[in-house]
Amino acid sequence: MTTSTSELVDASVVERTLGVAMRHGAAFAEVFVEDKRTTGISLDDRRVEELTSGRDRGAGIRVVVGETTGFAHTADLSEKGLAEAAEAAAAVARSGGGGAREVALGDRRPVAPSRAEILPEGVEKATKVELLRRADEAARASGSSIVQVSAGYGDSRRRILVANSDGLLTGDDQVRTRFSVMCVASGDTGMQTGYESLALTVGFELFDRFPVEDAASVAAGRAVAKLSARPAPSGVLPIVIKSGTGGILFHEACGHGLEADHVVKDASAYRGRIGELVASPLVTLVDDGTPADQWGTASIDDEGRPAQRNVLIENGVLVDYMWDHLRARKEGRESSGNGRRQSYQHLPMVRMTNTYLIAGKDDPDEIVAQTPYGVYVAKLGGGQVNTATGDFVFGMTEAFLIENGRITEPLRDANLIGNGPDVLRKIDAVGDDFEMCPGTCGKDGQSVPVGCGQATLRVSGVTVGGTAGA
Amino acid sequence: MPELLDLAQRIAADARPGEQVEAYVSWHRDTDIRAYGGEVESLSSAESSGIGVRVLVGNRQGFAYVGNLDEGLAREALEEARDNAGFATHDEHAGLAVPDGVPVAPLELWDDALGALATEAKVALALDLERRVRAGDARIRQVVSSDYGDALGESAIATSTGIASSSRRTTCYLAADVVAGAGDDTQTGDGYTVGRGPGDLDVEAAVRDAIERSTRLLGARKPHSARLDVVLDRRVTATLLAVLAGTLSGEEVAKGRSLFAGRVGEEVAVPAITLVDDPTNPLAFGAAAVDAEGLACRRNALVEAGRLTGFLYDSYSARLAGTRSTGSAVRGGFKSTPGVGARALALVPGTLDQREVVRLVGDGLLVQGISGVHSGVNPVSGDFSVGAEGLMIRGGELAEPVREITIASTIQRMLQHVIAIGADVEWLPSSAAGVSLAIADIAMSGD
Repeated sequence: MTTSTSELVDASVVERTLGVAMRHGAAFAEVFVEDKRTTGISLDDRRVEELTSGRDRGAGIRVVVGETTGFAHTADLSEKGLAEAAEAAAAVARSGGGGAREVALGDRRPVAPSRAEILPEGVEKATKVELLRRADEAARASGSSIVQVSAGYGDSRRRILVANSDGLLTGDDQVRTRFSVMCVASGDTGMQTGYESLALTVGFELFDRFPVEDAASVAAGRAVAKLSARPAPSGVLPIVIKSGTGGILFHEACGHGLEADHVVKDASAYRGRIGELVASPLVTLVDDGTPADQWGTASIDDEGRPAQRNVLIENGVLVDYMWDHLRARKEGRESSGNGRRQSYQHLPMVRMTNTYLIAGKDDPDEIVAQTPYGVYVAKLGGGQVNTATGDFVFGMTEAFLIENGRITEPLRDANLIGNGPDVLRKIDAVGDDFEMCPGTCGKDGQSVPVGCGQATLRVSGVTVGGTAGA
Repeated sequence: MPELLDLAQRIAADARPGEQVEAYVSWHRDTDIRAYGGEVESLSSAESSGIGVRVLVGNRQGFAYVGNLDEGLAREALEEARDNAGFATHDEHAGLAVPDGVPVAPLELWDDALGALATEAKVALALDLERRVRAGDARIRQVVSSDYGDALGESAIATSTGIASSSRRTTCYLAADVVAGAGDDTQTGDGYTVGRGPGDLDVEAAVRDAIERSTRLLGARKPHSARLDVVLDRRVTATLLAVLAGTLSGEEVAKGRSLFAGRVGEEVAVPAITLVDDPTNPLAFGAAAVDAEGLACRRNALVEAGRLTGFLYDSYSARLAGTRSTGSAVRGGFKSTPGVGARALALVPGTLDQREVVRLVGDGLLVQGISGVHSGVNPVSGDFSVGAEGLMIRGGELAEPVREITIASTIQRMLQHVIAIGADVEWLPSSAAGVSLAIADIAMSGD
């Protein structure tokens, strides 16, 4: 299979557009073209509610003059439309410079074909719809207390072209597929919810690898288990986090604080700490855009930089931050491949890709067995961090009490709160059972797909925000 | 913009016998400026537009959108939506809105002054805000961002069932994110001001908020866990009300996903609570004359003197529940179909200002900010647990700052434990209004 960015916009048009963008004396200009097709299907209350098809196509043009970035975007991909957007973006530089500027796209890198085995457009709509019905049936078959099921299917194919005044011309073809199930269980104690999702940077083969029935019964099981849950404790307790969803702990506890845009503005608890011990020696943290099929994986970032593996913390020592083109350029270094954007209508900024903790050597069961009293977190929901103070929260959506080294009663949903640098130091066991999980990361109004991962681990003390005396 | 409505009507007119077609067309022009370190860090200005087409073939619904105003592509979207409808389940309640005769309130949400404001003037506003925040207090270490943003937007909806409506609005804001420091301690805060035009912006208020909210947390420590009474600051109440709105959606109720299902007529809150969603109030940030299906927005009382009186409905959920739409359809833009939502939810205010509410509580916690709302508040079970920061209340006065705590209860319990509602209503950039709110018996988790 071959793909070419020339399907999006002709290279000579891109060159001339960059010339327009640069002609008022800019230091850097970039053209980002995107063509995205999406399908979404929702099922709720036993009905397939609707099937949605979407098409977004346009270009974002950025021009850097001194300390200022000018940005404009257009849905008009004709040479005239692109030139108008380039003029608008370059308007920030109008006072200085002048004359024409030639840009030659000498650094042409081939577009990596999508790794998807089954492209979404090649799958019948009816086949996609059928997945939702199967999930609905499987969830309802999980128990009579399941009173409501909703499910969602989504696929996207995003083709991008990135060219800049340094002469780079490259592109990518990104196919992503996701599926989610939400169940409501009802009992004497009220209602509870359970959720599960599948999401990978692959095509429809996702469902050969992960049957939707399994996801549905996991979601149903979570809702049912919580019907008999007791309120979570309140106070500082040891927590053991199961492999997979706990990766969000690192995404929030330190990932955002290691993004260079926060760091250079003195809005990170990790500023000026390269080379220092900032975490337990058990912590080696990596951000990696390269692992096959993961939700945050892509061949290049949205600035055309090939994805790479970046070690952020090694055996507890802070090694580096994450960089995009602009911040790296100012520091006279290379981007780390972390420049990402939600769409052509957004400016790129420093974003994580797949962020994970390298597995350790401990037996996960043994970690629980050696915890006399605490909370076992089987699934985390979303989180949020204040990068300047390091304080972060994340929600437990499936949790159990640990008593005398054994997992006992289910707990109701609650948030955990901690301080990033403090929690990293308190990690005192890391298992050998690594898993990844998908997520959506929001920053400054932009959402991008990310992956998180870790092995089962223990934090010796975190504040659990329940209502019961601990 | 008559052209948008004309375009929507031309698409809707393509409905075939046995079909209903809705076209939603939107256009907006946004300017976003970020100042940092006395310079413009970024300046972005662009127009965006799109068309969403919803088709009902019989009683099966399909949808498609396209991210521009090309009529040819809109017709392709119509074909795609038509094809998509064939894969939906038959649903006797599905269908578009039909005109219901409710008059549209005269609302002016457009300020010509915004369109006339030069880019240079907008840049000056962002730079001025940064300068004033920096100069306002020696403990301000960093203004991480000082933003000016505005949007001029127009939209139109037309259907083959007789809906034809259009609306336009302007909005602008100034916002600063700051880091304050003293010794080794660092705290953050933000301040903002919003309006329909530049004349509405209260820069001084944004400066004051950014400085007060960051500096008063300096020296904050983690307190011991306790069960106590809290006063929610205005912004926190607005966030809480916006979550509550989800539980009052007629669609969630009909689908058994609301803790209020089947409870109309019951006392769900203390008698002091009267909760109204009134998008026709021009003061509300979310004010709107017509909803996302083209019906007139109207005032809807949801809780009166503690008693649950009703829910919000769009056309579909109203049919599910055997009632009429309350004009409460909302949509995220042209890329999605309408759903149910509040636009201007507010508690009827009490008589005390925040200082008096704090005095009434005597000993407790003023919650300045909360975090983790999307992961910590479950609108189905009512479980509530969020991260918080604020100031302890001792002897009726604000005392030492605290951080890295959670506050927890359930939505059901909190409504029954309201002690006082402030008089200090503030319309925030949200679907709900802020007001100081005192609630008893909350679990605070700390050390």
